[in-house]
Amino acid sequence: MSLIRKLRSKPWETPGFPGPDTDGGVLLPDKKVGLWVFIVVMASVFGLFTVAYNMRIELATDWIAIPKPPVLWLNTAILVLASVAFERAKAAVHKKLTGDVKLWLVVGGAFTIGFLLGQYIAWQQLLASGYALSDNPANAFFYLITGMHGLHLIGGLWVWSRTMLRVWQGFEVTLSVELCTTYWHALLLIWIVLFGLLLST
Amino acid sequence: MAYVAIADRQQELHDPQSFLTKYVWSQDHKVIAIQYALTAFAVGIVAVILSNMMRLQLAWPNEFAFIDPQTYYQSITMHGMIMVIYLLTALFLGGFGNYLIPLMCGARDMVFPFMNMLSYWVYLLSVVILMSSFLVPGGPTGAGWTLYPPQALLEGTPGSNWGIILMLVSLVFFIVAFTMGGLNYVTTVLQARCRGMTLMRLPLSVWGIFMATVIGLLVFPALLVSGIMMTFDKLFATSFFMPALISMGESADYSGGSPILFQHLFWFFGHPEVYIVALPAFGVVSDIISTHSRKNIFGYRMMVWAIVLIGGLSLIVWAHHMYVSGMNPYFGFFFATTTLLIAVPTAIKVYNWVLTLWRGNIRLNVPMLFAIGFIFTFTHGGLTGLFLGNVATDATLTDTYFVVAHFHMVMGVAPLLVVMASIYHWYPKVTGRMLNEKLGKLHFWVTFLGTYSIYLPMHYLGFLGIPRRYYAYGETDFIPNSAVDVNISITIATLIVSTIQLVFLFNLAYSYFRGKKAGPNPWEATTLEWQTPDTPPQHGNWGPELPTVYRWAFDYSVPGAVNDYIPQNQPSDETTGDAHETSDTGGGHQ
Repeated sequence: MSLIRKLRSKPWETPGFPGPDTDGGVLLPDKKVGLWVFIVVMASVFGLFTVAYNMRIELATDWIAIPKPPVLWLNTAILVLASVAFERAKAAVHKKLTGDVKLWLVVGGAFTIGFLLGQYIAWQQLLASGYALSDNPANAFFYLITGMHGLHLIGGLWVWSRTMLRVWQGFEVTLSVELCTTYWHALLLIWIVLFGLLLST
Repeated sequence: MAYVAIADRQQELHDPQSFLTKYVWSQDHKVIAIQYALTAFAVGIVAVILSNMMRLQLAWPNEFAFIDPQTYYQSITMHGMIMVIYLLTALFLGGFGNYLIPLMCGARDMVFPFMNMLSYWVYLLSVVILMSSFLVPGGPTGAGWTLYPPQALLEGTPGSNWGIILMLVSLVFFIVAFTMGGLNYVTTVLQARCRGMTLMRLPLSVWGIFMATVIGLLVFPALLVSGIMMTFDKLFATSFFMPALISMGESADYSGGSPILFQHLFWFFGHPEVYIVALPAFGVVSDIISTHSRKNIFGYRMMVWAIVLIGGLSLIVWAHHMYVSGMNPYFGFFFATTTLLIAVPTAIKVYNWVLTLWRGNIRLNVPMLFAIGFIFTFTHGGLTGLFLGNVATDATLTDTYFVVAHFHMVMGVAPLLVVMASIYHWYPKVTGRMLNEKLGKLHFWVTFLGTYSIYLPMHYLGFLGIPRRYYAYGETDFIPNSAVDVNISITIATLIVSTIQLVFLFNLAYSYFRGKKAGPNPWEATTLEWQTPDTPPQHGNWGPELPTVYRWAFDYSVPGAVNDYIPQNQPSDETTGDAHETSDTGGGHQ
């Protein structure tokens, strides 16, 4: 572990320029590191929602499970496809195939919007069947958690739209596409965990 | 290489020309730091006024018409929330973090300057929202800074309609601001260190701020989650936290919610918050003590490890705030154990500060006085923490003034003394002028002795069993007259300590125009921020070339060296000519 080795070094014994391998900085773009830190924060938010969800079930007796509309399965599949599309866009941007980059970015964004519409349909179905937000904690958690996840995707779409703008203007977008891909994978993973949580109760 | 990337960024660092881009919509970390600090101070003054109002009421109950029970509880709530979050967190991370991280790491700026600017403006927005709650019908919330449901949302609690909503919304904005800032601080420390600045050559200030930010990024989400859920309970009548209950003779629209769940979420944030405030203070005070003792910090590696360890442990102690909330005794045992474990790394730090002082060439200037004062108050507050960390003693002390005394000592006075120490220490770098020494010493002694005369007697009140949070005690059998007198004396001390802060504010303003010129390095310190080509540092910090670091941050009184300090960016051959042969790597030693 180089981190442990670093933390065990005795800086007072070794003045001088320490050489390229031990000097400042990690060999990643700043924005990538920033994004990973943000993903940790995001994981913390949704992790705490998950914990609160389980504790709320355990600490009281009024929990009545909410039915999970089948459209959620379709949505999950669509979000997987969105992630795949971004992965393709990333591959294309590395091969400098600008046409493919544009294509897969559009596809990825379209699938994401499709997912969000699907989630909205799920909400509408539940509301139409009479599962109001305030009737039961299961309902409240369902709307809250899916809503928070959707908000994060909408934030992602904002970055995606800027990337689209840049690629159409002919700017360099390799890093942007990579970051979008990472972010979408993270949100897919989070959605799968959340969906599993919802299904299990 | 990271430093190449930083150098590449130079094109973006065109100097802002207009007043607006230079001082208002600035993306320069130094300007943002000052904006953060001034805002935090402004809101802190509000919090001090609120505390004085509470003290007036406690010393002379019912003498002052402008303090009714409602105002009193609103004052408690706003005082606590402002001090902990909007003053200390914002000042240490947004203020000192912003100013010191790029300068101490040898960077030109934060890695995401635009987001850094956004962070400040969202913080300002959160402050404005918070302050606006003084103006809405019903006033700010009076639920106590912990905002426990159900009472925070129920009729009868001051501000249960508008106040609480504004408080929660303001907190959400604060968290957004903190996250944007925090991403910057972490990424900058990881990515933007200059050539030669290894992790273990970082000054402890950076380590403290870095670790505090990491904890903050992990635990502020808990406050976000609980804040959002509570807002839902209030606005949409969900029952996350609100149990079935009868309020004002009518049954409320809630069922089955769990207030305990809120407490868990809140304290999972709330306890690490103590360390979000304390760790930067630990780091900063280490650097100040070392500089003014002209000695390297004792046990640098231990100090770093202790910071990391305290950060880690702080995540698993939260329920010691809930011993009396009704929990399984085994939980209490677990949390008491982890809580007492934290004493180990903390004690290491205190010993190391004292050992750094030992046989040092101590310069008793104002920053050093404040730093030494911190060791006293922090140790004092830490020791009373042992009483409260144990379930059995906590059960009897928890609702008394002992708790008030404890946490004000450990996370009120102690970090604020460090804030003062840091301001006296870095003011010359920020403005180019020294603060007045005489006024500074007056400020220190009155503040230090004054805060002791506020909080030391409170321990006694706690042992007497005087309950905290009460608006007035009336005729109560077990409260002796001496307690009434003590309360009066505490209030007088409070008024004196608050007043002397005006001298400090005057000093800040006066010295800005009339202070003695400081020169680039008035304390003869080693760290990079004192080696900038200009004082105060210009936009971009370092002129045409970034510094290269050749040594750790604590080369004071090195035997054989010409000066009693060797700046971090000074190559070995320029110190003595022969001592300290350059070796190839910083790693690999046991």
